[in-house]
Amino acid sequence: MSFFEVKEISKRFGGLMAVGGVSFQVERGEIFGLIGPNGSGKTTIFNLINQYFPLTAGDIFFKDESIKGLKTYKICHLGIGRTFQVVKPLKRMTVLENVVASAFCRVNTFKEAQNLALEMLDFCNLLPDKDKFASSLPIAGRKRLEITRALATKPELLLLDETAAGLNTAELDEAIELIQRIRARGVTIIIVEHIMKVIMTISDRIHAINYGETIAEGTPEEVANDKEVIKAYLGEESYA
Amino acid sequence: MKRKQVIPAIIAAFFILFPLIVKSDYYQHLVILALMWVVIGGSWNLLAGYTGQVSFGHAVFFGIGAYTAGILTTKVGISAWWGMAFGGFTGALVGLLIGWICFRLRGPYFALATIAAGEIFRLIATNWESLTDGMVGILIIQSFRSKLPYYYLALALAVASIWVFDLVMKSKLGFYFVSIREDQDAAESLGINATLYKNISLLISSFFTGMAGAFYMNYMAFIDPEVVFSLHYISIMAILVGIIGGVATIWGPAVGAFIMIGIQETFRSALFGLAPKWVSQSHVLVFGLLVIFVILFMANGVVGDWPKIKRLFVRNR
Amino acid sequence: MDVFLQTLVAGVLIGGIYGLIGIGMTLIMGVMGIINLAHGQLMMVAMYVTFVLHAYLKIDPYLSLLVAMPALFLLGIFLQKTLLNPLMEVDAVLPENQVLMTVGMGMVLAEIARFIFSSDYKSVVTSYTGSAFFLGNISFSVPMIIAFGFAVLLTVGLFLFLLKTDLGRSIRATAQDKEAATLMGVNSGRITVITFGIGSALVAAAGSLLMPIFYLFPDIGGPFTLKAFVITILGGMGSTVGAIFGGVTLGIAESLGATYIGMGYKEMVGYVIFLLVLIFLPGGLKKLTKV
Repeated sequence: MSFFEVKEISKRFGGLMAVGGVSFQVERGEIFGLIGPNGSGKTTIFNLINQYFPLTAGDIFFKDESIKGLKTYKICHLGIGRTFQVVKPLKRMTVLENVVASAFCRVNTFKEAQNLALEMLDFCNLLPDKDKFASSLPIAGRKRLEITRALATKPELLLLDETAAGLNTAELDEAIELIQRIRARGVTIIIVEHIMKVIMTISDRIHAINYGETIAEGTPEEVANDKEVIKAYLGEESYA
Repeated sequence: MKRKQVIPAIIAAFFILFPLIVKSDYYQHLVILALMWVVIGGSWNLLAGYTGQVSFGHAVFFGIGAYTAGILTTKVGISAWWGMAFGGFTGALVGLLIGWICFRLRGPYFALATIAAGEIFRLIATNWESLTDGMVGILIIQSFRSKLPYYYLALALAVASIWVFDLVMKSKLGFYFVSIREDQDAAESLGINATLYKNISLLISSFFTGMAGAFYMNYMAFIDPEVVFSLHYISIMAILVGIIGGVATIWGPAVGAFIMIGIQETFRSALFGLAPKWVSQSHVLVFGLLVIFVILFMANGVVGDWPKIKRLFVRNR
Repeated sequence: MDVFLQTLVAGVLIGGIYGLIGIGMTLIMGVMGIINLAHGQLMMVAMYVTFVLHAYLKIDPYLSLLVAMPALFLLGIFLQKTLLNPLMEVDAVLPENQVLMTVGMGMVLAEIARFIFSSDYKSVVTSYTGSAFFLGNISFSVPMIIAFGFAVLLTVGLFLFLLKTDLGRSIRATAQDKEAATLMGVNSGRITVITFGIGSALVAAAGSLLMPIFYLFPDIGGPFTLKAFVITILGGMGSTVGAIFGGVTLGIAESLGATYIGMGYKEMVGYVIFLLVLIFLPGGLKKLTKV
């Protein structure tokens, strides 16, 4: 059986079908990319996995068990972590406190939480900033904090939502390197991304959607050359 | 590090020895009230300042605690001191009920709902005469003639509350509370069951406030619905204590309680008899002006804005 | 049956005036997202203005509408500009600062009134106070009928204003979606201030209209503020039509409560409805009527 499966999921908002009958499977240890133009439903899919929005139809399986209808915090406990596209730092807390808070998901004492938090901060190269207020970090730091926080909950599956948006070239390279190191630790990753360079470089497989529906799936090369994908992205940044 | 330990030691000694040094009933009364408000303000601060659920109806828990103690005496015939034990629990029970109803609402709607809840309980207390004697209120016989036992009880309660709140805020609970305050949705994604933890915060908050209410019944020996369920004199006072002292700080409510009682009494006594009579009617007006002033200029309270306040004095040198 | 009809009539009549109070608040809440806990106190100020005009200048309360409304309009604008606008910039831990500010405002207004007029109950007695006419066995209180009539007139006037004038349309646009409105050229800062003024003027009208019916004292504001909320939530935030439905609903509910349960519980009816609606109908009656 597959590690993570999304089966015919749909989400309807009033009259609008934001996501319509999308299915894919993710293997353990993969980096699975999800691409699509603006508004195609990528973040909605994450929100459905996270149970942030209830499913209109379909089902989602994690390690062969359905997670449909579970509360968001339960999903985290089961081992699925996520970052948000519009980052949500806990502003009036320091970077360290942000990560300690999420570390409490797995441990119960402050000492243990702090140790886990420091370990994660070190892994993500945020240790020098640990005592700064989260609100004072620049965008690259905040995105990195999102990831660090999610990592502190010791996820087996990590959902990364547009972690590269707004970063400059150097920051992009750092982000890519971080994601690869995360995978090397054994975390499976589903990444939603807009920026071709990132997603084509690191993904093992890619699933492309447009208007809430699947248009292609395969290796980065296959997807980049797929006619439908090119059509959907016509006029956008092309993979060079 | 000697200086850091000397000041708290002096303050502690002061409070422990206070009623033995200052024999005046009047001043003892003021400090007892202030200590009670340390508990109420701190409770409110736990829920509002730290967990971000701004309650405008804390009078509910205070009143429930007070009436628990009172009704135990008048209807059941046992001493109102049992109210101290039960008042906390009935306060917490009502807290659960209020949480169940009101926590579905966020932000200002939560605040409004708590006002409504507070008023509903006040009206119930006023109208359910067979239980509460309505507007007549409850009158019991004071257990002690001297204020000393009440003083030390209030001091113990105040210290206990500060100690508990501090422990809580340094633990997993505290981190979860603040996370919920900062961003409830992000908190949920990090595995925090927001509803559960909001209710835990409310439970602790309402427990202590209920105990304060029961204490009030024992100490003042008289309560009625207008006093203990009062929107202005209890609920809003709690908010003022929290805000003026400094929300989301451990010592803020303590500072705030003494400032508020100080201001209240200064004006109620017409500047201790030095000012014309009409000044004694103006303390609510002063409260209102204080709210406006603090929110505009000192929104983080004395403790929270302490750096800003210190800078003001440094510049004037 | 007669009792029931009488109760209904009383409820509808007072409901019309409640509607006025509610419309002011729903506009303010809808347009600015400001919860104005001083709404009732603004009404109180208008009532004192009416009282003074009647006591010293013998001006009929219904005429003092013409003075009270502009006066409160100006007061509203003043309060909004000096006290509420600056809050948009202050960053503090408590998100509810603005609500608290209105609480402070309300307290100050009430205490100033108490200072000037003392806590004594004041009333305005006119030639028609207490008079009523009968249709069958149902009595219609004359002051209530007149107040209801004025309330209807003002409400219709407000509707025309909102629907037909540019300013009105700007207000409606801002109420529906502030950002979108700004992007379309609406000066939302100005609209905010004007809306607070209009909301204050409307509640002032309600105050003048209620003067012949209620006793006046400094603390009269509080319960009315809460009523205004119940109406706003019942009718759906930002919906003027909803506020009218909400007002009449509340009026009838209170009236029924007073008749069939007991006077003391009349006030509680409002609060209970409030909680029930907050819990079960977050969109208000609007949701049910699709207005």
